Amino acid sequence: MAVYKKTYRPYEGELTPSWSRFLVIPRYAFEELHGKRFLTIFFLASFIYPLICALIIYVQHNASVLNLLGVNQGARSLISINVTFFMSLLGWQSIMALFMAAFIGPGLVSPDLTNNALALYLARPFSRVEYVMGKISVLAILMSLMTWVPGLLCFALQGYLEGWQWMSDNARLASGIFFGAWIWILLLALLAMALSAWVKWKPAAGGLMFGVFFVASAFGGLINVVQRTRWGNLFNISHLIGVVWVQLFEGAHQTTNGAVFFRVMQGEQLPVWTAWSALAALACLCLYMLQRKIRGAEVVR
Amino acid sequence: MDAVIELDGLEVRFGQRVILKKLSAALTGRSIGLLGPNGAGKSTLINTLLGFHKPSAGTARILGRDVRTQAREVRSLVGYMPENDAYISSMTGVHMVRMMAELAGLPREHALERAHEAFFYVGLGEVRYRAIGTYSLGMKQAAKLAQAIAHGPKVLFLDEPTNGLDPPARTRMIQLIQEIRDRGDLHLLLSSHLLHDVEDCCDQVLILKDGNVAAFCNLEEERRANRRFLELETRGGRNGDFLEAVVKLGCEAAPGPQGRIKLVMPDGLEVRTLYEIAAGQNVQIRRLNHKRDSLEDIFLKAMESADGRL
Repeated sequence: MAVYKKTYRPYEGELTPSWSRFLVIPRYAFEELHGKRFLTIFFLASFIYPLICALIIYVQHNASVLNLLGVNQGARSLISINVTFFMSLLGWQSIMALFMAAFIGPGLVSPDLTNNALALYLARPFSRVEYVMGKISVLAILMSLMTWVPGLLCFALQGYLEGWQWMSDNARLASGIFFGAWIWILLLALLAMALSAWVKWKPAAGGLMFGVFFVASAFGGLINVVQRTRWGNLFNISHLIGVVWVQLFEGAHQTTNGAVFFRVMQGEQLPVWTAWSALAALACLCLYMLQRKIRGAEVVR
Repeated sequence: MDAVIELDGLEVRFGQRVILKKLSAALTGRSIGLLGPNGAGKSTLINTLLGFHKPSAGTARILGRDVRTQAREVRSLVGYMPENDAYISSMTGVHMVRMMAELAGLPREHALERAHEAFFYVGLGEVRYRAIGTYSLGMKQAAKLAQAIAHGPKVLFLDEPTNGLDPPARTRMIQLIQEIRDRGDLHLLLSSHLLHDVEDCCDQVLILKDGNVAAFCNLEEERRANRRFLELETRGGRNGDFLEAVVKLGCEAAPGPQGRIKLVMPDGLEVRTLYEIAAGQNVQIRRLNHKRDSLEDIFLKAMESADGRL
């Protein structure tokens, strides 16, 4: 019917499957983000480090390029493609993901709460869980493209150039990149959403994202110094992630102490199970905060 | 007739406070009004029907679907226009309505087509590509109506649709609601504390007070029944003969001062006959009113009862 025929008519057509409807949210969110030039540039810039890594891997395996550069076999070992290399890649990319989550995350939920749009979403055959999944998927997709996707591509390139044997010997690196990145992604996404649900002002919610990391780690450091303990690290999210990553990348035979922002100080590391438990507790806290705020109608008791 | 909305001992508590107190009613009308003073529980009832609040006892059904156990199905039948501002400020009007239609299950291209239609229908065709955050209050109300009807619901919940509108915008909104009602494709539940809005749009009214059903009346039947009550003002001729003649036709008549007469007409007797008799008796009927209990009378009676129960 032409739009100029101003009348109401019921809808009798087909419907989309209900499981797929949460994907509507990321589609619209990406359309909106695409229009923001700064974010687009930042997102593209986040691929510089993986590109450099890929270049290093390529150069390491290309004798003619090495000869051209005048690098002999001894100099080759200056940059080894090993667990530290991949953990550093994941570490840098994860910091970029933190910035991305701080920029985008607060804008996903807080405007809906400020303008009461939740009532519109939830008055449809669309649950609170689907809403949260839809919003999380925006961050999850972007941060995946920034973290484990380039990480695994570099791993695949190295495996392709080094041979099948290297790939099977270092399969743990691939699983470490994948699962390590996902833990970080889920934690960041939950944290960004929970904070933006409670602090409805976007800039404040974004700032609070960094606050949670830096202020909490400073607080943890203070506890360590005053109490002469290492348990203050329970407040240091990057330390907790570092502990988990080292376990995921290396298992029981640890040769590194994390990478970049996620480094674990020698002698200060917490037991792995406490790191997992603290991260799980933080995720549960975020879910509880979301559960309290993501409602079709606010209840005043 | 099957109930559109059935309340079955519905109770809702917020903490220790009981907001809705064991409401029971079967609403069958095409357009149902929900009346009550502020704080009576109108919005809470709508939110409960949408599944936003869990009943602490009892239940409710919409077109036979239980709001407790079939909330998703219920919401697939419903379009909802909330009371307060509700929009996504960064989106254009048509963009937001399209997204809402997609979330209701419409495929992309159908959602786009219907979003445009809905915007033209509510009179916002020219501003549909403007960000909703820049709309005036009246435009935002219309945009809320557009998103509520875009997916073609079977039941439309309108919570205070004329809130904050100036008189012309209010008239336009009421006209839109009447048009939707008259097409007969969906049922309406209109919550308001404005009696005129409800009287203009609804054929059944549920009046709430302090979380209780204070009154339930079928306005359509009321109107039909009251059509038989007339108040006349006559001049000239012999009033006594005119009265005698109408009583012979089966009317109950009571004379008043200055040629005024109150009449209850029997079924089958048309007003035209009264004029013919009056002409025969050389009596002029200067004024003829259908006297009836207005919604205001019904509402005030309901509000007079101490605990809100009639």
